[in-house]
Amino acid sequence: MQESMEKTTAMIEHFAAVNRILEKHNFSAAKLIPILQETQDVYKCLSKEVISYVATSIGVPPAKVYGVATFYAHFSLEPKGKHIIRLCDGTACHVKKSHGILNALRSHLKLADGKSTTEDFAFTVETVSCLGACGLAPVMVIDGEVHGQVQPEQAVALVEEITRNDAAEQQ
Amino acid sequence: METKPNTITINNIEVAIEGERNLLEVIRKAGIDLPTFCYHSELSIYGACRLCLVEVVGRGVTAACSTAPRAGMVIKTETAQLRNMRKINIELLLANHKRECPSCARSNNCNLQDIARRLGVSEIRYKQTEKTLPIDDSSDSIVRDPNKCVLCGDCVRVCSEVQSVGAIDFAFRGAKARVAPAFDKNLNEVECVNCGQCAAVCPTGAIVPKPDYDKVWAALNDPEKVVIAQIAPAVRVALGEYFGCKIGENVEGQMISALKLMGFDYVYDTCFSADMTIFEEATELLERIQNGGKLPMFTSCCPAWVKFAEIYYPELLPNLSSTRSPQQIFGAVARQTLPAKLGIKPENLVIVSIMPCVAKKFEAKLDKFKRDGRPDVDYVVSTVGLAQMIKSMGINMMQLPQESFDMPLGFSTGGGVIFGATGGVMEAALRYAVEKLEGKPLEKVDFKEVRGMASLREATYNVSGKEVKVAVVHTLSAARKLIEKIKAGEADYQFVEVMSCPGGCIAGGGQPINTTPGFRQQRASGLYSADKTRRLQKSQDNFLVAQCYEENYGGKPGSHEAHEALHTRYQNRGQIFDARQNVLCGSAEKKLPICVTICTQQQDCNGQELLVGLVGFVKQNGLAEKVDIDATFSSRPQKEGTIGITIGDLVLDMEDYSIETLGQAIKEGIAAL
Repeated sequence: MQESMEKTTAMIEHFAAVNRILEKHNFSAAKLIPILQETQDVYKCLSKEVISYVATSIGVPPAKVYGVATFYAHFSLEPKGKHIIRLCDGTACHVKKSHGILNALRSHLKLADGKSTTEDFAFTVETVSCLGACGLAPVMVIDGEVHGQVQPEQAVALVEEITRNDAAEQQ
Repeated sequence: METKPNTITINNIEVAIEGERNLLEVIRKAGIDLPTFCYHSELSIYGACRLCLVEVVGRGVTAACSTAPRAGMVIKTETAQLRNMRKINIELLLANHKRECPSCARSNNCNLQDIARRLGVSEIRYKQTEKTLPIDDSSDSIVRDPNKCVLCGDCVRVCSEVQSVGAIDFAFRGAKARVAPAFDKNLNEVECVNCGQCAAVCPTGAIVPKPDYDKVWAALNDPEKVVIAQIAPAVRVALGEYFGCKIGENVEGQMISALKLMGFDYVYDTCFSADMTIFEEATELLERIQNGGKLPMFTSCCPAWVKFAEIYYPELLPNLSSTRSPQQIFGAVARQTLPAKLGIKPENLVIVSIMPCVAKKFEAKLDKFKRDGRPDVDYVVSTVGLAQMIKSMGINMMQLPQESFDMPLGFSTGGGVIFGATGGVMEAALRYAVEKLEGKPLEKVDFKEVRGMASLREATYNVSGKEVKVAVVHTLSAARKLIEKIKAGEADYQFVEVMSCPGGCIAGGGQPINTTPGFRQQRASGLYSADKTRRLQKSQDNFLVAQCYEENYGGKPGSHEAHEALHTRYQNRGQIFDARQNVLCGSAEKKLPICVTICTQQQDCNGQELLVGLVGFVKQNGLAEKVDIDATFSSRPQKEGTIGITIGDLVLDMEDYSIETLGQAIKEGIAAL
């Protein structure tokens, strides 16, 4: 009971932040995609509540906003991890065995079938169709930083390093 | 050969361009019916189905629907390449389609089936996809089977463009693309207004009116039951299309005979209760005009429009006429008067509606139209459903003798008959109101200004020195436009008629599917001819309605008894989409839902304060287990109709209420559970 009242207060604050984004875009339906992008930047994902809120605020049917949010791979309806790993699985990377890297990362992070985010929300592993850096195949991007000609062991080592740094930071 | 100006050559024949929007229209004018799924002349052009492919010499293959006609174009519609492409496209669609044709509701009336047959598709060379998406039968009105969907988008466009609702849209993409309500919710949980226009444009069996006839057969086969039918005006001018009649032909007599053959004990006419609706509604209008009531008054016959207003314009609900729709007036009158008249036990009376509409199925199930748990109208069968029942029994309807409606609830005037076409309710109401205002018999009963198919018709009448301004709209997008004009102060009327379906009930979601140009006008003129041939034209002359008032409803419209039985109230559904957070969840079996809206844009919004206060109140008074308290969040300020607090069905404005008065309402709400 107490907790849900706190949740309500938290949601009021959340929506105040969304209001600022909406105001910046003049509550314009034509700005739906930038509004969703900026909102996702704040919350890491687009929850049902946020989608409903944006839709009613700009006067677009929620079904349409849901359609846009599910169409673009960039938008996520599930919360994502703190660190986002994008592994290229385009033709060149695929031929250069990107799959081995994916398997190594998934097993290292103990990701269950169908899951792309670790249970502690530290990492999200996604595949993308082409990063446009085929000369560096196989390519992996961690938090915006590009790594070329990656080997499975190397990928796992990078993840271990981030985990160590995070732990050190917390202390 | 020199090409004449402003013509195109189609398969070696020259055809003039006469303002057509696209090649497809010119080609169809030339007598070639190119196949299409996604093209509807009343909707925006989508170009998805790739069946109207043509070759424009010098330009290659293109979709005719999305190519503008230009003078001098040379078009081929039937080359080996085009035939092959169309066939492949159909095969791909069929490979993606749950093919259960013999048991599909649209069997024999399916665009996909028809085109596949026309193109001579005899085998499907592609592997069948295994789609097992859940069937959504949550709505009272329609059933959605996404596995039969070919993604033409007709339903999506009719819902957003014609109805301005947008309850369904495309979601996901590629192989996972599908048409879905927001968050893949069930249709009964979203803003669907139940009009069924999506079913009317669906080329396959992916969206169909909900069939209810099994329950009707069960009642007909039960010797204890006395089963009666009421038939809406629009049914009689459309049912015949299923039995080879021309569009708009009135098959009233044969239809009554068929119902009698099926075992209905009495067959009555909804036009009777439409006349009665006019008694109540026009009286209400006159009262509002004379006593300074809320104006403009909007009609309330169309349940899809009523739900639309409840969702989008809750602040206008006091402007809706409180008179029940003809279907529900009939239900109330029949329940109250027939058991004694027919000498039967009230519980044995089964009331079936035959309606052109699928929203009527939803309306009949609303709690407000139940008495002691029993709905006033037990079952609602659509025109399509009735045709199915007649055919399944093997009745050759058009060879039956013509019978007449049973009395007294089968007697009607022309005013009641024209209710089925856009403008009809307005015209019938004008016949009543003008006569009453002038205080002398009305000479000219036709109000032709309000007839027709223009999306908005306006008229001003000078009635004994008083100006009466009226407007008629059909389709909900036209209604929305008009309401916005009224709200902005750019338009002003005393009375507005709204029907949700284009053309009115004659083209309702439960009517036979027809794409012939002008079919709406033809069905409507069927009703206007019936008006002419009725003995009486003015609803107020219906002496059996007058007698009904005399016997049951205080002798006149607007009486206390009439208000009790023939009027209704509306529900604010404005919070349907607001982001929501549960704050307190009781454990009792029956709980009172309470919802507090917090406006995040309004600095001085007292929603949070009230929320904390209410939670404190229910805890202190030991009511916490008996309520569900939700907070909803909205960026719309209250003055725009955003509601403050709902306690059960009660809708309250936030500002005027204290915890004490709200607490009292909660106590009363719990006591009434």
